Amino acid sequence: MGAIEVTRLVKCFGTLRAVDDISFSVPEGATTGLLGGNGAGKTTTISMLLGILVPDSGSITVLGHNMARQRFAALARMNYSSPYVALPMRLTVAENLRVYGNLYNVPDLGRRIRELAEEFMIGALLDRQVGTLSSGQKTRVALAKALINRPALLLLDEPTASLDPDTADYMRGRLEAYRAASGATILLASHNMAEVERLCSAVLMMKQGRIVERGAPQALIDRYGRGDLEAVFLAIARAREGDPQ
Amino acid sequence: MIPASRRIWGLVYRHICLYRRSWPRLLELGYWPTLELLIWGFTAEFVARPQQNSGIALGAALIGGVLLWELALRVQMGVTISFLEEIWSRNLGHIFVSPLRPGELVMALLVVSAMRALVGLTPAVALAAFLYDFNLFSLGMALLLLIAALFLMGWWMALGVVALLFRYGASAEALAWTLAFGVTPIACVFYPVRILPAWLQPIALALPAAHIFSGMRGLLLERHIRWAEIAASFGLNAVWTVLAIMVFAAQFRAARRNGSLISIGE
Repeated sequence: MGAIEVTRLVKCFGTLRAVDDISFSVPEGATTGLLGGNGAGKTTTISMLLGILVPDSGSITVLGHNMARQRFAALARMNYSSPYVALPMRLTVAENLRVYGNLYNVPDLGRRIRELAEEFMIGALLDRQVGTLSSGQKTRVALAKALINRPALLLLDEPTASLDPDTADYMRGRLEAYRAASGATILLASHNMAEVERLCSAVLMMKQGRIVERGAPQALIDRYGRGDLEAVFLAIARAREGDPQ
Repeated sequence: MIPASRRIWGLVYRHICLYRRSWPRLLELGYWPTLELLIWGFTAEFVARPQQNSGIALGAALIGGVLLWELALRVQMGVTISFLEEIWSRNLGHIFVSPLRPGELVMALLVVSAMRALVGLTPAVALAAFLYDFNLFSLGMALLLLIAALFLMGWWMALGVVALLFRYGASAEALAWTLAFGVTPIACVFYPVRILPAWLQPIALALPAAHIFSGMRGLLLERHIRWAEIAASFGLNAVWTVLAIMVFAAQFRAARRNGSLISIGE
């Protein structure tokens, strides 16, 4: 069984089928990309995986827990980061990490915060209010928060959006290192195809609420006869229904 | 060159758009003047009637009413503003995907509201003693019962407001500031229930506040504990608390179904 098992998931908002009968499995210990244009259904899918949105039909199993009945057991072993969700600006970095360390019941919290401070080079920022940090520093802190409970499953929505290339590269390195060291599973929603090619062993392409393509990045590049994943993405996004590939 | 009137209209238009799309904001425009008129109108009617009590005792009842009602308001606002803090800081997304249960979220908000209310009211209680020679603690041990009843009332009102925030998002923010104040005329803080029009009296009596303040006036004006009123306030609080929990749970479930939990801060 995979870390995530999704079966025939459907979510409608009024007449809009935001997620339209999708099924997929994310294997344990792998990094999988969830791709698609704006409005493709990625955020709706991630929201359902996180349990903050209830599907109309279908089932979700995360780390062996059925999200309809045991979501809190799964949430304790997951974490999430998105540039669209912030940490309280007036709290210091250390205070924020303590808040989330307590919410996730992290043992020996002081030591865990020191480990993360070293790993993400935020030691000098611990006593600074989050609101005073630069975008790059905030992203490092957000990722430290996402790893506070050593999650077995990490859901990341645009983890390097708005970062300069150097910081973005650093963050990708940290994610790869965490996955390699912990065996964690990562589901990554991103519009940065170079990032996806580097981090992901498999991708799921969404369009109009459906999964229209899946496979390893290189296999998709070969199948579509393109030079990189970005070209594949564009080919899928711009294809009209019924068009040959 | 754009004329100044066009630029001014641009900004006026921005605010008109805001009011057009938010019924709580629109409602708020006429809310405060109406509320003030009702509270002070009923109070004036009470004071103008022939009184059995001395002016000093009456004054003490008014100051006691202000302090104790403020406690309920602070408790209610303590919960709702703490919740709004999470909306304003765009932090709810992190909180709702953590293992924190909705009941635990509510408990945390209640604890914070109690802390805020006690810290916030301490200077007012001290000032009342210093400036007006009014000692709130002269109400004796019964004061603890009144305070407990007011805490419970503040909490269930707050649960109702948070439920509305789940339903309407940050656009219902004004309710956090206004809803409990709206109850003031029928809470009978400064006057007995009989001052209200006959059709309004059953509504006032359905709220714990009317019984709590009747109990307070009994203590201050007659040096007598009205046990029946205190018991009624706790009974009504129990009923309203159950109702508020049911509304909160229903709105939380609805927010998870319709996606408003994701967009609550917008």
